[in-house]
Amino acid sequence: MNEVILDDQDRSIINALQGGFPVCDRPYLEAASRLGISEDELISRIETLLKSGVLSRFGPLVNAERMGGGLTLAALSVAEDDFERVAELVNAHPEIAHNYEREHEYNMWFVIATETKQEISTIINAIEAETGLSVLNVPKMEEFFIGLKLEV
Amino acid sequence: MVVNVAIAEDNDAVASDDELALIEALCVGLPLDPRPYKVLASRLGMTELEVISSLESLIGRGIIRRLGVVVQHRRLGYTANAMVVWDIPDEMVDEIGKRMGEVDFVTLCYQRPRRAPDWPYNLFCMVHGSKRETVLKQVQNLADELGIDDISNEILFSSRQFKQRGARYKNGRKQ
Repeated sequence: MNEVILDDQDRSIINALQGGFPVCDRPYLEAASRLGISEDELISRIETLLKSGVLSRFGPLVNAERMGGGLTLAALSVAEDDFERVAELVNAHPEIAHNYEREHEYNMWFVIATETKQEISTIINAIEAETGLSVLNVPKMEEFFIGLKLEV
Repeated sequence: MVVNVAIAEDNDAVASDDELALIEALCVGLPLDPRPYKVLASRLGMTELEVISSLESLIGRGIIRRLGVVVQHRRLGYTANAMVVWDIPDEMVDEIGKRMGEVDFVTLCYQRPRRAPDWPYNLFCMVHGSKRETVLKQVQNLADELGIDDISNEILFSSRQFKQRGARYKNGRKQ
């Protein structure tokens, strides 16, 4: 994956929009004027950042629990030579939102997001049956920060 | 009276069908048009004002946390991504968690259950950096600053990312 180089203007746009986007009839104009650029320039820069993949989404960050859905973080301890097979089985479930390989005995970490809270255990049971491995399920108990914000 | 209050709070917590349709339309991406809420409104058979007031209400009730962008850290060269896990004594976890969440390079901070005997850690945070050495230094600084350098932790660097998508909703249903 090629690294994308941003200029200062891109950086200030990303930093500003990670914190939120105005809700009014001309939101781009309002955000642009805070950044000291024109409405057109802001729109075209966001478009370019989305196309280059620097931004993966421009939309709502939804509170899954308030939507009635289930959400958890889970992990598997997978043998090195079995990793690809297990990754395919896990990723085949559309309920898997993220999946990372990490350097640890628990080397596969994924987020499960389901339509209802009850379905979390259905997916975990399915993954255990398919892979023959036992899932470490560590749902959130308390949230101390949901900024998801990284100054760039 | 207590019962009425409870019902009111409950209704407040749930998105209506119209609101769910709006969230679904938004998940595709905010229109890149000077009047994005007007574009959404015409797709949904609503007025621009209705879209704006629904969004204000959804944000006010915490159903939508915020509108904005999600950054692909790896695309920007932040290839060192660590999940740091800590075994914090239960009576300290609230205070440590709050302070950890305020540190500027920590992007997420959650309390999660321990799973004995394999998993002793109850506090998780994410730290991103351009290099591993940077992240390791940040974690050391974090431990020093919060006075938890004697508490056991592990740093789980990611070596590969398979999947990253936001949850998508259709008629209030996850897809």
